[in-house]
Amino acid sequence: MRFSVVAIAGFLVCWSALEVVQTRHESRKLFVSLQGMEKQRDLLIDDWGRLQLEQATWGTHSRIEEVARDKLEMMLPESQNVKLLSKGIKP
Amino acid sequence: MSVQTEHTQPHFIARHWFVLCLFLLAATGLTYRVIQLQLLNKDFLQNHGEARYLRTVTVPAHRGMIVDRNGEPLAMSTPVSAIACNPKVILTAKDRWPELAKILDVDLEELQKQIESRATREFLYLRRQVSPQLAEQVRALAIPGIIENKEYRRYYPAADVAAHVIGFTNIDDKGQEGVELAYDRILQGKPGAKRVIRDLSGHTIENVENVKTAQPGNDLALSIDKRIQYLAYRELTAAVLGHKARSGSVIVLDAHTGEILAMANQPSYNPNNRNDLKGEHFRNRAVTDVFEPGSTIKPLTVATALEADLFKADTPIDTRPGYYRVGRHTVRDIHNYGLLDVAGVIRKSSNVGISKIALALEPEVLWKTFQQVGFGTISGVGFPGEAAGRLSDYSHWRNIEQATMSFGYGMSVTALQLAQAYTVFANDGVLASPSLLKVNEPVDPQRVMSAGTAHKVLQMMESVVREGTGKQAQVPGYRIAGKTGTVHKSAEGGYAEDRYLSLFAGVVPVSKPRLVTVVVISEPTQGEYYGGQVAAPVFSRLMGETLRLMNISPDDIPALNKESNKLLMAGQQP
Repeated sequence: MRFSVVAIAGFLVCWSALEVVQTRHESRKLFVSLQGMEKQRDLLIDDWGRLQLEQATWGTHSRIEEVARDKLEMMLPESQNVKLLSKGIKP
Repeated sequence: MSVQTEHTQPHFIARHWFVLCLFLLAATGLTYRVIQLQLLNKDFLQNHGEARYLRTVTVPAHRGMIVDRNGEPLAMSTPVSAIACNPKVILTAKDRWPELAKILDVDLEELQKQIESRATREFLYLRRQVSPQLAEQVRALAIPGIIENKEYRRYYPAADVAAHVIGFTNIDDKGQEGVELAYDRILQGKPGAKRVIRDLSGHTIENVENVKTAQPGNDLALSIDKRIQYLAYRELTAAVLGHKARSGSVIVLDAHTGEILAMANQPSYNPNNRNDLKGEHFRNRAVTDVFEPGSTIKPLTVATALEADLFKADTPIDTRPGYYRVGRHTVRDIHNYGLLDVAGVIRKSSNVGISKIALALEPEVLWKTFQQVGFGTISGVGFPGEAAGRLSDYSHWRNIEQATMSFGYGMSVTALQLAQAYTVFANDGVLASPSLLKVNEPVDPQRVMSAGTAHKVLQMMESVVREGTGKQAQVPGYRIAGKTGTVHKSAEGGYAEDRYLSLFAGVVPVSKPRLVTVVVISEPTQGEYYGGQVAAPVFSRLMGETLRLMNISPDDIPALNKESNKLLMAGQQP
């Protein structure tokens, strides 16, 4: 009786020891893959930031204005040339 | 022989015991050593062992973005690298230093001196904030002892347009000026830490565990509208250059919520490249610089008089003969305006008329209006270095002070305070507290006067733009209300004769006010200096485009149509 208790306890101790090793190993592996994914995430965030910055630079108002005025020869209509259509008010 | 063996037997037993004892002693020694190493000194030894290869490194946290009210980026962090070295290791590769110095664009002798003076240390920055491409080249050299750390650099896509509002950070990503400083705690991320295994030359071999996760900073949405900000900056710059003025500021407020839609200043700077800049460029003049508001205060004096029920819009005021003695002092008008009514005093901007109105009021009542619209106190936008201005207590006022105060001398305000005060007229008598952050509802609105009084004064200010001093502020198709101001700048021992401040404060559109705008141009030097000549045209151009941009429909359609019909009849194409 006593022998079997000791045997079972001994077995459990060994088993949990192996489990500890196994879990430790698993957690290392998961941490490494997490690191990889975090690195990828950071790269994507950095890329996104760079693209946003690029967009903001291309979309600078002074640049848009320059292109619109000089290249595309656009201009604001004079107020005399604006016809306003609105409900209820007769022109 | 056998006797002899018998004799020697005890002798062997002694030896036997001796050897056994020796073994026992050795075993005890070993056991003791094992206990000493494994149990008694385990922690100490393990720590020291790990210290040889385990390192805790910080993980930099991303600083939050600053965006405008539509989500357009105004400040953002992009990753760059810091190139550092381990002097102990790099000293063994002296022959490769010239290559390194060349690629990093640093002086070789300087590099040598730096490394040698820190020969016993383990870390030395060589160059910070280098681009990822350059970092790649350095990595390709594969010089032992080179360490590359990730860090962030702040970029400001709006550059000089919004430089004063946004401010900037230093090399360690800490806010130094403007919003970057004011909201540093929100923007700043919390750097994390992780344990890694490193080899002798400082390369990370393996990530072991996370000690603390890095927390990125929060994004911040400002009340600024980048498009209006650009327009404001463009028009202000054109005016400051055109009049060869010393400086200038423009503020556009949302009349209802008090949100600051634009806040531009000249002179400005490029926050992306801040070499050799003077402190005066960094100042956000719209909130840090105070000035005497001059005639722009008159509508507030008149509102107080109407509110006290002592005057009506058509109460006659005699401004003859163009000057007015108050004690030993004289208040002067530019011309003799003759007999005016209260509305006429505003339209003509008569100092004599407004002094007579002010002196009929209790000093306390006038002071209370000024105090309630926020003069003399910080506005609460939380901008670093904001000035409170000066409003002296009414118990110290003599008659002449009460008179000059009524037309804006003897007190000082910031451009932001002036804009804030004008929200009263745009908002049916309710003051909207200015806000730099995007809000949906007005923050802490305060009633200063009745809606009726506010409407009456707004109408008087409309006549200023229609037929008074502010004609150049007109925007075709819209009803505009505003007030011009031309102020002699105070100098040592009095007022400077030839240095002026040109002001315009306005509200658009009158039928349903949406925007309050203040334009301040300091020391124009090209002959023109009246607020109506220098500041009002800036207002007109800025508002013309802003109203269109914000899709605010014209409220003076008859005038607009009349104009285009006139052209039609003249045979021009619409």
